[in-house]
Amino acid sequence: MNLSRTARAALWAALAAGLAVIYVPLAVVVLNSFNADRTFGWPPPGFTFDWWAAAWRSTGMREALWTSVQAASGATLIALLLGTLAAFAVQRHTFFGRETVSLLIVLPIALPGIVTGIALSNTFHSVLGVPLGLFTVIVGHATFCVVTVYNNVLARLRRLGVSIEEASADLGADTFTTFRLVTFPMMRSALLAGGLLAFALSFDEIIVTTFTAGAGVRTLPIWIFENLFRPNQAPVVNVVAAALILLSVLPIWLAQRISGEATRY
Amino acid sequence: MRRRLATFLHRHAGVRLSLLLSAPMAWLGLAYLGALAALLVTAFWSTDTFTGNLVRTFTWANFEDLVTGEVYRTIALRSLGVAAAVTLIDLVVAFPMAFAMAKLASPRAQRWLVIAVLTPLWASYLVKAYAWRVLLSTGGILGWGYGLGATVLTLSYLWLPYMILPIYAGLERLPNSLLDAAGDLGARGWRTFRTVVWPLTFPAVAAGSIFTFSLSLGDYITVKIVGGRSQLIGNVVYDNIGAANNLPFAAAVATVPVVIMLVYLAAVRRTGALENL
Repeated sequence: MNLSRTARAALWAALAAGLAVIYVPLAVVVLNSFNADRTFGWPPPGFTFDWWAAAWRSTGMREALWTSVQAASGATLIALLLGTLAAFAVQRHTFFGRETVSLLIVLPIALPGIVTGIALSNTFHSVLGVPLGLFTVIVGHATFCVVTVYNNVLARLRRLGVSIEEASADLGADTFTTFRLVTFPMMRSALLAGGLLAFALSFDEIIVTTFTAGAGVRTLPIWIFENLFRPNQAPVVNVVAAALILLSVLPIWLAQRISGEATRY
Repeated sequence: MRRRLATFLHRHAGVRLSLLLSAPMAWLGLAYLGALAALLVTAFWSTDTFTGNLVRTFTWANFEDLVTGEVYRTIALRSLGVAAAVTLIDLVVAFPMAFAMAKLASPRAQRWLVIAVLTPLWASYLVKAYAWRVLLSTGGILGWGYGLGATVLTLSYLWLPYMILPIYAGLERLPNSLLDAAGDLGARGWRTFRTVVWPLTFPAVAAGSIFTFSLSLGDYITVKIVGGRSQLIGNVVYDNIGAANNLPFAAAVATVPVVIMLVYLAAVRRTGALENL
């Protein structure tokens, strides 16, 4: 490619600067979680582990964490099921309205979260009469998590093609055996990547959660948001934030190890 | 029995298809679209000012208030401006980054760079907005204070990876030989970009902009965290559900971003952006 030396240097500089902008704020949060000054004075006057200990003792935080894990697990399971079914339908069949199915699956994340949130809460509340709680949170999250699984499985099926499955059928395996022994093993890593994304998406979500959670249910993002504006809770909130940043490396590492390829989003 | 079922399914593609489609379509097509439709119907109802109960009679009043109210027009335009500004900033920042990743980095470095861009996506949205709250607070490291500018900055930061990744994928699919050919035919860097790279990556750019635009348009949390007293459409919807207890008006306001997004999606669909998501 005939790029001048300056153009190359400028592009590399833009990449480096962009990555710095992405990471510096996160690094500051992690550093602040050890900042001895309650109000995060900068530069830190000293370092302490007190806030981490205080955060660990916070029962509100722990309950919220458990609620989030439950909600994300439920939503991920439903998303895995629905996303895989839809991906098979769209990739392995031609039918009228095939594009509409793709559009319908993207819609819950394409529309602003607040719209999905109040539409679902209104339906639960006024139309169906279902009391808001953990169950309604899971339903809400599953709705916008389907797309991550769908995208991953769809891409995988497209790449696999059908010849291996046809070979399996020629060798005498029926539909179910072929799925169990051929198709499923080959799409396992796609399911894992999609599932991880769905889990992360749900774990992180606050807007749909706000409207579908009802009074008693508090996920971790909701707990953080409630405590964000309380100055005396600031160090503990900051520790939770830092912990979430450090934890976010985990799914990437997992996905890399298992699939050996960048996950789709 | 199993064998017969398998044979039956193998022979009847239609049955197979409807079995595959029924659950996802019941969930998204019936339940989700139904919920959206119910919300739309609610937008034409009203609330009794004394009892706070829903009045289920058809009225245009909410939409009239929405169109005639100067405040709402200002807020809608402001939200649109914020979403457009965020999309533009992200595009300008993301394109060179994605280009360096896809075309300058070695394959090995590419893998790591993708991970580097992807990793912050897993960090909580709230945590990232919080990080900017700390940075921007008066007395903080940057100390620029809160407001609309802070909101645009924070939203651009939040959605930047959503712009980088589709563009990177689009550029990666663009064969290097095309760039070489443009060079051989005498095009310099800028001309190659304008006539070869940009038209071919436009669907990817449009795909990225769906995320940045839509995510900014519906946001009310970031505004609350770093926006000071500024309000966006999301805040009006939120306040009308919470404090004002006026679901019909909130539903009417919520149709504004939906209509904007549907128009946007329809426009972008022609470019093939939806296949790039």
